[in-house]
Amino acid sequence: MELWFSERYTPNAQFSIRVDKQIFSTQSEFQRIDIFDSPEFGRFLALDGYLMCTEKDEFIYHEMIVHVPMAVHKNARKILVIGGGDGGVVRELVRYDRVETIHLVEIDPEVVQACKNYMPFTAGWLNDPRVTIFYEDGLKYIRRQVEEYDLIIVDSTDPFGPGEGLFTKEFYGNCFKALKEDGVMVNQHESPFYENDAVAMQRAHKRIVQSFPISRVYQAHIPSYSSGHWLFGFASKKLHPLRDFDPEAWKALNIKTRYYTTVLHTGCFALPAYVEELLREVEE
Amino acid sequence: MDQSRAPIYEALEQFRKARVVPFDVPGHKRGRGNPELTRFLGEQCVSIDVNSMKPLDNLCHPVSVIKEAEELAAEAFGASHAFLMVGGTTSAVQSMVLSTCKKGEKLILPRNVHRSVINALVLNGAQPVYINPETDKRLGISLGMRLSEVEKAVKANPDAKAILVNNPTYYGICSDLRGIVELAHQHGMLVLADEAHGTHFYFGEGLPDAAMHVGADMAAVSMHKSGGSLSQSSFLLTGPAVNAGYVRQVINLTQTTSGSYLLMSSLDISRRNLALRGKEVFRKVVEMAEYARSEINDIGGYYAYSRELISDAVHDFDVTKLSVHTLDIGLAGIEVYDILRDEYDIQIEFGDLGNILAYISIGDRQRDLERLVSALAEIRRKYQRDKTGLMNQEYIDPQVVVTPQQAFYAEKESLPLRETLGRVSSEFVMCYPPGIPILAPGERITSKIIDYIEYAGEKGCFITGPEDPEIKHLNVLKNLG
Repeated sequence: MELWFSERYTPNAQFSIRVDKQIFSTQSEFQRIDIFDSPEFGRFLALDGYLMCTEKDEFIYHEMIVHVPMAVHKNARKILVIGGGDGGVVRELVRYDRVETIHLVEIDPEVVQACKNYMPFTAGWLNDPRVTIFYEDGLKYIRRQVEEYDLIIVDSTDPFGPGEGLFTKEFYGNCFKALKEDGVMVNQHESPFYENDAVAMQRAHKRIVQSFPISRVYQAHIPSYSSGHWLFGFASKKLHPLRDFDPEAWKALNIKTRYYTTVLHTGCFALPAYVEELLREVEE
Repeated sequence: MDQSRAPIYEALEQFRKARVVPFDVPGHKRGRGNPELTRFLGEQCVSIDVNSMKPLDNLCHPVSVIKEAEELAAEAFGASHAFLMVGGTTSAVQSMVLSTCKKGEKLILPRNVHRSVINALVLNGAQPVYINPETDKRLGISLGMRLSEVEKAVKANPDAKAILVNNPTYYGICSDLRGIVELAHQHGMLVLADEAHGTHFYFGEGLPDAAMHVGADMAAVSMHKSGGSLSQSSFLLTGPAVNAGYVRQVINLTQTTSGSYLLMSSLDISRRNLALRGKEVFRKVVEMAEYARSEINDIGGYYAYSRELISDAVHDFDVTKLSVHTLDIGLAGIEVYDILRDEYDIQIEFGDLGNILAYISIGDRQRDLERLVSALAEIRRKYQRDKTGLMNQEYIDPQVVVTPQQAFYAEKESLPLRETLGRVSSEFVMCYPPGIPILAPGERITSKIIDYIEYAGEKGCFITGPEDPEIKHLNVLKNLG
């Protein structure tokens, strides 16, 4: 049987995964939700036809969006996750004993339910007693928070569809306001490679730079995402992602990872020349 | 009648299928002659940009499908007759004025009218009799006309031909239209309603009275604002006391003879939509506006006002209007308007000295409302300052020296703004939007007006009207001091 899931990166380039079978499909109030089984990538989740997370490589994304800020902000105890209904970010966060509170703000309850049902490898930690889920628009939730959180992780979908508002200046500004004085915000920052992704990446960077005194970008290699070359944003009020990074302290936590290492932490902030150029263009 | 019909749209669909060979205008011939335009607008769109012809009727003298579309619209709006207008609501407003009064005759109206009303007076030479709409001191916006004020004007000008009423104003404020209609009809005057911002009154529930429903004689309805049709398309409605044939003649004085079928079909389809689903559509619009209003009021500093304004001078308030007072965060409305666009990529309808207006419609999405509210919260956090030195709008009582027509065509001279004090203006000055004149032709220029023009310019209002685009000079009447 020839059954393939394809995602167009541009009108002229696409990525395909052979599908064994479709596990689940529904149209929620916000988006279409699909879960498939595939021989190569295992089980994977797609929202509105865009691949969100696969069993095989989700560890890269989730480790990189969590451990980089957690290794810099050694006192991060109260954490806000925006988006992230698949539960992967929460799974990495609950590995830290010091974390006291995790607020997960996800707009779509059906994503969470589908992941709880079919994606236990990411969603299996959502019942941790430290986790509270709010089903609300992230932009609306954050409006009412003032100096509340140590760390905000923006695990959004792409900047079109329901995740649109999470790439705006008003969102980043409200995140700044919702963070404590040494707070850090990390966001998924799109890919620099294909033109449309790169434009979205630049727009996000421009708005973060306008909202935070410290804003750096780091990268990871995620095979199932557009071009495989993915970026993350590290924005903060005070802490610097490298100067305030304490590798020994993190090693002492004894958290076993498959992608993140303390050496990689330093290395992932070293970007290709063309990416630096794209970022510089919008930094003014 | 069957409101699920859309005769112009249906005729265009038929016409497309007939594959008629065009040896008539427009010369782009279904887009083939202008491939760049076709690529940009789409083949579907350019292929129905066609000329009047027997199967498609003629806007200047409708006998078939346009006539049917007009009849359906008249029924949907509760009017005796409806005219499809393709020159914007401006042309509808002007046709109301031009068909009810002529040179030397009087029209009673509030001063906060759209420029199109006074433009019509320039054309026909009629005399404006202004009623002072009170100003809300805190908000700096014009309110409605008190019935007692209208009565005074009617008694003082028993020869006036008609009374023009904004229903509602740009900000959503309604006068007692029912009362004004009763009063006017007792004195043999007609009532003309500028409903550029009131299309939804005809279809929604719990909204202010629509002009035709309370017996007004004519109404100009901007279908392209809350009704969803294309820009520049509009309806002119008339009641039983108005001679529709004469109104058609007046419309044809200035209307194009190549009425756009894009505009006409958009009116037809939008009328059908509102007739069939208007109640539900506007229930959602009201819900969105109420939600945004309560979220904005929750931020603090801003005041998104609503029905609590209702008083003697505010007969009713249109809750679909999201008008927000900004002065208490130390920013002029126009400044918030600019910051929203420049810093947050959010375009709202307008900002004046003390308020902004975000237009909420059938096309809005919840997540965009969240963006607007969050951006306003951010603007307060980042830009809030002391409000001393900020000027509020106030009503400037116009001193009409000559009629708009006399002033417009008189011999004039250009003077630096400051030197025009005490002279009579021959031109308009207004911030656009909202397009309500600060100064109209024939009015005396006072120091208050000059201060206002200078301040609005400094704050970044887009000032239009005068010949001099910089507004450093104004044209005044030569022989009149």
